[in-house]
Amino acid sequence: MFYREAGQFKSSYKEDQAIFPILQDRIGIAVLLVAAYLVVPFVMSEYLIGAIMTPFLILALAAIGLNILTGYAGQISLGTGGFMAVGAFSAYKFATWSIALGGAEGTIPLVLTILLAGVVTAIVGIMFGIPSLRIKGFYLAVATLAAQFFIEWMLVKVGWFTNYSPSGVITAPPLEILGYLFDTPAEKYIFTLTFVAIMAWAAKNLVRSHIGRGWMAIRDMDIAAEIIGFRPLQTKLSAFAVSSFFCGVAGALWAFVHLGTVEPEAFGINRSFAILFMVIIGGMGSILGSFIGAAFITLLPIFLNNVPPLIGWNIGVDMVAHLEFMIFGVLIIFFLIVEPHGLARLWTIGKEKLRSWPFPY
Amino acid sequence: MSLKKFVLGVVGAAVLAAPFTTAAPALAEDTLYLPKLVYRTGPFAPGGIPTANGAVDYWAMINERDGGVGGAKVIVEECEFGYNTDRGVECYERTKNKNNGALIYQPYSTGVTYALADRTRTDKIPLMTMGYGRADAGIGTAFPWVFPLMTNYWGQGTGIMKYIAEQEGGIDKVKDKTIALVYLDIAYGKESIPIFRTMSEKFGFNLKEYPVTFPGIEQKATWLQIRRAKPDYIVMWGWGAMNQTAIKEAKNIRFNMENFIGNWWAGAEQDTVPAGASAVGYKSATFSNAGKDYPVIQDIMKHVYAKGNGKGEDNVGQVLYNRAVITQVFIHAGILNAQAKFGVKAINGEQLRWGLENLKMDAAMNEKMGIAGMGPEISPTCADHVGGGGFFIQQWDGKKFNVVSEALTPMNDLVIPAMEASAAKYLKEKGLDAVSCN
Repeated sequence: MFYREAGQFKSSYKEDQAIFPILQDRIGIAVLLVAAYLVVPFVMSEYLIGAIMTPFLILALAAIGLNILTGYAGQISLGTGGFMAVGAFSAYKFATWSIALGGAEGTIPLVLTILLAGVVTAIVGIMFGIPSLRIKGFYLAVATLAAQFFIEWMLVKVGWFTNYSPSGVITAPPLEILGYLFDTPAEKYIFTLTFVAIMAWAAKNLVRSHIGRGWMAIRDMDIAAEIIGFRPLQTKLSAFAVSSFFCGVAGALWAFVHLGTVEPEAFGINRSFAILFMVIIGGMGSILGSFIGAAFITLLPIFLNNVPPLIGWNIGVDMVAHLEFMIFGVLIIFFLIVEPHGLARLWTIGKEKLRSWPFPY
Repeated sequence: MSLKKFVLGVVGAAVLAAPFTTAAPALAEDTLYLPKLVYRTGPFAPGGIPTANGAVDYWAMINERDGGVGGAKVIVEECEFGYNTDRGVECYERTKNKNNGALIYQPYSTGVTYALADRTRTDKIPLMTMGYGRADAGIGTAFPWVFPLMTNYWGQGTGIMKYIAEQEGGIDKVKDKTIALVYLDIAYGKESIPIFRTMSEKFGFNLKEYPVTFPGIEQKATWLQIRRAKPDYIVMWGWGAMNQTAIKEAKNIRFNMENFIGNWWAGAEQDTVPAGASAVGYKSATFSNAGKDYPVIQDIMKHVYAKGNGKGEDNVGQVLYNRAVITQVFIHAGILNAQAKFGVKAINGEQLRWGLENLKMDAAMNEKMGIAGMGPEISPTCADHVGGGGFFIQQWDGKKFNVVSEALTPMNDLVIPAMEASAAKYLKEKGLDAVSCN
């Protein structure tokens, strides 16, 4: 009913290669974007925007980053938290650079600062991606784990990264673009959303391009990919670079937009695991899955935490916290049993069924 | 899709969305809303539970005994964040606008303090970080909404040094001694380092730094290093499960416990009791005395526990419990101040800030509030959010803590310039102007 494609014929290569070939998808995305930009900031409460939507978007961006590496290119990484930390701390260094040199603050524009932080992270990511040429799978996961620990240790140990802050905490400068200050939760949300929307669009296009097909070829069988002409060195390292760029930008946004001040602990090993779980639960090799996974991992615990008081169930907050862990764990196992390919796969199946409705097979 | 499924779907979505919707409209009567970020779970629960219980019990007692503060009922709501900064921020955002707005926050977490320092500035809600948080936040002109309200970490470090010097018979005697600083390797623990480095240069002792990785359960390697270094004194900046492990490890390397001094977050029954006999002789700083003999604790026993409404009977009278009670007493006094000045029962955060900046917790006031001899005397001002205060060294005798020192005060000639420099740097990086106090 909803996804019947009768009459939607493609008559040119351009149409055939469109990012959303089906009309319904195009409308859906347009509605979603309009809602995200024009409805959410006005309808939702400050709490929802500031404490739920903004961190969700930033973590979704990090999940896209990891999904490019793990889902599309098949390189397992446990270093996401470390790469986010690189993004956050290099953005901080860029933002305060001019002060150190004696110039006025904010000489480097904010957007450029965040993008430069992504570039720095991409370079660091390439360095830690080099071992991927020789090692695969779990062995690579351990190598990237080293990145996680090394980066965290270095940021704690070397005072230069925090401008010699006594506690190792960095403080983000105000979010100002061309004299406009983004300081309310809604403004910060719009700022984040713009970054995430553009980068998600870029990622979607990237994975459909020559580069993305190279990543998938390497993932599915690297020897075969090499025989048909993909060079493993460039392909793998480009995956590491792009992935780290995304994670770096997410880290910079986390520090600058969400928390305002951040310590390296915020990008610990738990962060890496959480983002890996987002990718696994959301769906490996799916941009949509990154969003669904991020929503599942970040929103569900808060949702579960809010339920007992809401239904008038008066139990201690510690009990609620324990319940939250238990239910969350059970749900993860349940979803992975029901749909091992992630929640995004459920959406795809739903779409298939709707296409052939009322007689789905 | 059938109609039935559609309706079910809509109802399901509504149920799922309900917990995220905003709170019910405000109450008509005058109330004071005090949300409490707590961590009764996670690696720091040993310290989180008594501090949470002390606060909740105190306000339960005030509601029971006085019917609230100045006629306004106190609403306390807990929000569990498990010492996780993201969740702490989420709790803050969730609670700040409920019940006509939150009056004050006390997260008992350095990470959350750092994250909230900026947010409370825009939201105009005071942040009380009694004895923790940013060391430079005592500069009221740079941090108008943050109230460390006690000697901060740097002040505490210099006070502990004074005590060590006293043991050795003078500050010139510590020259060439070795002092090991064992700290939890997160923002909280690292706050102590700069002041010890400064003192090491000034007084000529040999400082050795030993980070303990978060959350502090694995310490074997650290203590092997300490044993090799043979320090004369060990100073510890620990929290939660780290402390008892460290005390046991210190005993294992046969370190003289007389010379092992924790800071005031490393000196509670939760740290010494699990360590058993190893802990006998262990010392720590404290600004809140343990014991059940104080009138305020007696009132809590009478009005809360006797009626079966208490949160944790075991904790009553313990160091951390009493500390949480003292913190609430200061908030209480601040509310009374603000109510008197502005003539309203249900004050707001901005008015409470004035109340706290004009606190006069002298001996008479402490007596009136029932905490005579239990906590420090402080008198903060708009520019000085520390307000003086001193602390003690206490020692564990196997059953309870006993105060073993005179009142210690910070070396302000070292601490205040460091605070001012750090606060100035914060203002510059943030592009903020200092607040005027005139």
